Amino acid sequence: MVGIIDYGMGNLLSVFKAFEFIGADVEVFNDPSQMHRYSHLVLPGVGAFRDCIINLKEKGFVEPLNENVLAKQIPILGICLGMQVMAAKGYENGNFNGLGWFDAEVTRLTPDQPSYRVPHVGWTEINSSKNSPLFKGIPANADFYFVHSYYAKCADPSQVAATFEYGGNFTASIHRDNIFGTQFHPEKSQEYGLRILENFIKIE
Amino acid sequence: MLTKRIIPCLDIKNGKTVKGVNFENLRDAGDPVELAQLYADQGADELVFLDITATVEDRKTLIELVRKVARALNIPFTVGGGISSIQDVSALLHAGADKISVNSSAVRNPELVNTLANEFGSQCVVVAIDTRFVNNEHIVHTHGGRKPTEIKTIAWAKEVEERGAGEILLTSMDTDGTKNGFALDLTAKISDLLSIPVIASGGAGNQEHFTEVFTTGKADAALAASIFHFKEVMIPDLKLYLQNRGIAVRM
Repeated sequence: MVGIIDYGMGNLLSVFKAFEFIGADVEVFNDPSQMHRYSHLVLPGVGAFRDCIINLKEKGFVEPLNENVLAKQIPILGICLGMQVMAAKGYENGNFNGLGWFDAEVTRLTPDQPSYRVPHVGWTEINSSKNSPLFKGIPANADFYFVHSYYAKCADPSQVAATFEYGGNFTASIHRDNIFGTQFHPEKSQEYGLRILENFIKIE
Repeated sequence: MLTKRIIPCLDIKNGKTVKGVNFENLRDAGDPVELAQLYADQGADELVFLDITATVEDRKTLIELVRKVARALNIPFTVGGGISSIQDVSALLHAGADKISVNSSAVRNPELVNTLANEFGSQCVVVAIDTRFVNNEHIVHTHGGRKPTEIKTIAWAKEVEERGAGEILLTSMDTDGTKNGFALDLTAKISDLLSIPVIASGGAGNQEHFTEVFTTGKADAALAASIFHFKEVMIPDLKLYLQNRGIAVRM
């Protein structure tokens, strides 16, 4: 069963509904001690990095996350801020430590031309740069819905699963082992977004 | 590459979609959830719901509507109308909205923009500006366009950006409902001045108007209502038309 982590941030209904739509067994849960019940975890999130990591800590999610994701290798998908918080550090409104699952820093988008707006809002094509199971069957020109001002700058290029061009190349998706993240919102990206969620629940 | 967004707008009154000319003479334009679903299927990039009456008794209807829309859709949508507090925003986001839009309440209390951006992130906060050209000046209007203020539109757009707005929804009341095209000069001026996305609204009458607003008007997104509701322009046709004119759109 897919477990969507409710730690007080993010549009859980959309994510829940999208999994329900593809026929997944899915639940939203807010009790960290129940995390072991799920075969797949989803970490959503909108808002700021600082609030995200503080909320995860205060609600007692950090230890169970490390245990289930790092030790027990349960597949997890971070979406938007939920992906960013998997990085080592975040620089939104200060300097904060994230979950540290990726050798990455979350920093402000810096397109090289002013015609590229920040926040980056809208549908943008991505380039999958490695054979991530998440992108199986996604055509090369598929657009996904983004809405963000910060991105995860990865020190290890092998952890970047997809990028997007926006006056420079930025991280659209990260992957290592059983840990996946998308900067864009698959739950808001219609057909191809749903396919990504389908791919995710097939990962064992 | 970022694509230009086509955004149908559903003006909501008592749970129904309505449309007027220059903000008046409202006509019924159908069930909002059905329309929303139709637009999503046709390739709309986002939707905007504006509760144009936004009275207290309508508030519950709106939340219920937002919940229904969220269940029916998997594209992003923005909800606006009568939002003036963290609690209002929280309730709408929990019901499934992705972004909220503030207008009169931000003019009354500009600090609200900072508050909401800090609490929910800039990407969630759209500031809607209704503007009309009065005595040689673009002036901000509030209360669904009924009340003029003393505030100059361009300066206000800059101010809300600095306060943390994530996008501007710029509606020209001079062009709204006329079908004579968007307010290109003003949209371009604001777009040049700001680094956040600008959604142009008001005046769409044909496909060429969209080409103009994305080129001359430098808009990031274009919003329209009646031409979509009354099927004068179909979204798939519009997107093909734009693509043929070299404008990047999601197909």
